Order: sequence, then C-alpha cells, then structure tokens
Amino acid sequence: MEKVNLKQLTDDLGFACLAGESLNEVYPESAYVSDLLSDVMGKAQAGMLWVTSQIHKNIIAVASLKELSAIVVVNERTPAPELIEHAKAEGVIVLASNLPAFETAGKLYNYLDK
Amino acid sequence: MKLQYEIQGGDFSAAGRASSEVKKTLKQLNISPQVIRKISVALYEAEVNVVAHAFKGDMKVDINPDRIFVKIEDEGPGIKDIAKAMEEGFSTATDEVRQMGFGAGMGLPNIKRNTDEMRLTSVMGEGTTLEMMVKF
Repeated sequence: MEKVNLKQLTDDLGFACLAGESLNEVYPESAYVSDLLSDVMGKAQAGMLWVTSQIHKNIIAVASLKELSAIVVVNERTPAPELIEHAKAEGVIVLASNLPAFETAGKLYNYLDK
Repeated sequence: MKLQYEIQGGDFSAAGRASSEVKKTLKQLNISPQVIRKISVALYEAEVNVVAHAFKGDMKVDINPDRIFVKIEDEGPGIKDIAKAMEEGFSTATDEVRQMGFGAGMGLPNIKRNTDEMRLTSVMGEGTTLEMMVKF
C-alpha cells in the first residue's frame, strides 16, 4: 500500500481543513469512529484519524493526549472559533466532512484500504 | 520531581490541562512514548472524573527514576459502591455530561488498564482519593 498524506486525503475526499498546518507531513493509516471520549481514550491508537460529531473543546485534549493524526468532524457541524483557536495552540489538526459519520467512515475505509 | 495541580469541578473547558502538563514533562524526561500514552490516558480520565463529579480536586504527581506515582484527592459526593463504579458501563454522570460524550462508564476501567497499580478509596459526602502508579 502506498502511503498517502493527509493533505492528499483531505483534497480527495472533499474535507475542509479548519485547523492545522503541514498536512502533507502526516500519514494516517487508519481511523476510529466514536462520540464517546473515553472510548477513544481507551481504544484509539496513536496516529489514527478520529471521526466524531462532538464539537466541544474537550475533543482537542483527547486528540492531543492520544496523539491522533486529526479529528474529522462530521455532518457539516461547525465548531466554535474558540475550539479552532485551541486546536491551533495545541497543534491538533481539525478537518470537517459535510457527510454523516457512516458515509464519512465508509469513504475513509475505502480510501485507506487501497 | 514533584508536581501539583488544582482541578476545578464542573469546569470542562479546562479538563485535560493537568494531564497535558504532566505529559510534556515526561516527554522532556525521555520516557518511552508508549508509557507516556498509558499515563496520559489514566491522568485524563482521573481529571475528567473530578471535573464531572466533584467540587474540586488536587493532583499530586511524583516522578521517580523508574516510576510515576499520582494521587488525586477530591472534595465531592464520594463513591457509594467502588466495585460497581469499576464495572465497565456503569456511570452516575448527569445527562449533560453524557451528551458531551463523557459518562460512558469507561473512565475507571481505562485507568485500571493503563496503570500498574491503582487504589480507589472514598468517603461518602466527603470525597474520593485515587492513587495510581505506572512503571517506566
């Protein structure tokens, strides 16, 4: 499998980048889908993308502590400017998908499985 | 090395701050990333528990050459049945807290899984003390 960087993935899947730089230096290989923060804390692995519909500030701490490669917020949900500022300060990449979680995860699964 | 942090009950916007500070310190000490990740999970869950359930708490961290000790003492309602609280899926969190994606009853099991030793004691109406140790 050829490794694909996050910049390419974001462009190919039509995600928007809300926070984060140097996406071309991040190479996600898998993703985790959950809206339960302790589930992500317990089961997600470092480097994964995190697909969620949660948009409160605590997702930044979870992504940062777990060293996830990026958060993918689904369903056209718009995080508050404070969350974006917090993400930038912590160096957490936040992407947005205009599709629901199921479709977003499906697209990611096919894309990363290639 | 000893570190200490205050945790404010109910203040979700600051939850994770103490855990992040400890993580940064451990990175500077060149502790293995795998061990740091385990400690980060345990600390974060412990911090969120204080925020979600207690009035206020205090996290004391003691970093030794071969292990880390953490003691979190809170002033709060206490835990009625500790064995029950340790069960996966059991939670007394409010609906508001659950809507944020907390309160799934996974926090304490996550702490247990990510530490080498864990001790939870509580006095009803006074508060809860959590002690944990992770070897480097």
